[in-house]
Amino acid sequence: MKHSPSNDRRRFFLSIARGIGLSAMGALVWSAYVGEVKAAPLVLRPPGALKEEEFIKNCIKCGFCVEACPYDTLKLAKPGDNLPMGTPYFIPRTIPCYMCSDVPCVPVCPSGALSETSVSSYIQAHAKLDINKARMGLAVIDEESCIATWGIQCDACYRACPLMGQAITIEFSKNERTGKHAFLKPVVHTDVCTGCGMCEHACVTQKAAIYILPRALAMGEAGNHYIKGWDPKDEQRLESVKKEVPHELTKTKLSEKSALDSLNDESGL
Amino acid sequence: MKHYRYLFMRRFTQVAVLLLYIGANVWGWKILRGDLSASSLLGVVPLADPYAVVQIAVTGATMGMDIILGALIVTFFYGVIGGRAFCSWVCPINMITDTAAWLRRKMKLSEIQKRFYINRSLRYWILGLSLVLSAVMGVAAFELISPVSMAHRGAVFGMGMGGGALVVIFLFDLLVHENGWCGYICPLGASYALIGKFSFIRVHHDANKCTDCRDCITVCPEKEVLHMINRSSESVLMGECTNCGRCVDVCKEDALGFSIRSQLKQPKDEE
Repeated sequence: MKHSPSNDRRRFFLSIARGIGLSAMGALVWSAYVGEVKAAPLVLRPPGALKEEEFIKNCIKCGFCVEACPYDTLKLAKPGDNLPMGTPYFIPRTIPCYMCSDVPCVPVCPSGALSETSVSSYIQAHAKLDINKARMGLAVIDEESCIATWGIQCDACYRACPLMGQAITIEFSKNERTGKHAFLKPVVHTDVCTGCGMCEHACVTQKAAIYILPRALAMGEAGNHYIKGWDPKDEQRLESVKKEVPHELTKTKLSEKSALDSLNDESGL
Repeated sequence: MKHYRYLFMRRFTQVAVLLLYIGANVWGWKILRGDLSASSLLGVVPLADPYAVVQIAVTGATMGMDIILGALIVTFFYGVIGGRAFCSWVCPINMITDTAAWLRRKMKLSEIQKRFYINRSLRYWILGLSLVLSAVMGVAAFELISPVSMAHRGAVFGMGMGGGALVVIFLFDLLVHENGWCGYICPLGASYALIGKFSFIRVHHDANKCTDCRDCITVCPEKEVLHMINRSSESVLMGECTNCGRCVDVCKEDALGFSIRSQLKQPKDEE
């Protein structure tokens, strides 16, 4: 009885079912942890990193970029850092990215998580590494704690910026409180800022008043409903809009005729 | 001394590999750069952990050529030559689990402790589960929790809280289950067992010389693979054998030795 084929079959299916049951339980715990560390939104990645979602798919956690970094800027996330374990990141307040012109950290990446093309400029189809193309994050200023906006003279971030006068400019305005001084406020330009963090590193306040956030977190998006009609380049976005939303209008009983026709319709008069 | 030959060789390899990686990060050596997930040998040959690369592949990542090539090279090496040798000759966890197993034997814990049953195939379920989770979560799932990576990357790039995981593995192997981590749970070892199933280097048993002292079974971390001891002269063909050579070391009668798969059919009758 014990070794009848039907019992063997039952035992086989039962062992499969038990495996699946245990796996499901394991998956519950495991996926909860993975989901939690994956959702670390405040992490800053090396230059040339793909978008965060693609980056953590690709990164094999070998540390080549960390070894290539001459300033020890890049670190691999350790257990306990509450970041995806083994992935490279940096904390600009401690050590910022010093923007090496030869970008040593990117070409060594074996997994494609750091993309050489995203940090290259093209001169007549000839690619040349260009660290200024990096978009590691975006400098954001908390005006409340920035002493320059109080009226105290400070241009530490402006001077520290490797793209001085482009990524951060100084805006002058009159100090109405004293009537005879000026405010010299730093302003970050989103299209130039690389997120290297030298401003955050240089900031003189106790906790940096200018700091780097991941671009996905720091930036909004106007969407295709709003176009700068005076900017021919921005107006090109309209073309893609047409492809996305085909021009099909909903017809109801009221809108069978066009609005113009309805207004010009004299038959009811 | 003869009875510790492979043990010494393994410890030497394990420490040397670890030192080469640490040297690359700390002193800029160029021999072996990276870590056990992906490395570069002499700055020319790419190497990559096949299991990690498969996890990355199932997430739908774009994948760099270097890690694909590296994974193929490693798969070829262990698949054709080494078998599951990664586990006993390279993996840094092996030193921890070997120590736990040795202490367990010295303290005779297996004799006083009632054994509870874990299925040896648990690791293959975990392996499968890790691939499913990688695909669903969009990130290499085991790489985020791997104590092997924690130990090795920790030694090279900074340990953090990873030391805790190593203590847990040590205590688990010492107090909960003999060879618990490597023999039942680790999916990385499972992947190498699959890769190394058909490799050429195999332990061969000569039943004519065997006195059935069972020293080999006592030290073997994967006891199932030695099912032929004192029964028949044949080779250890199961992929789970890590080619650690401990059984060869402890066998006083030379009934066990390494050989090449092609010679397997005719048992050697030397000496």
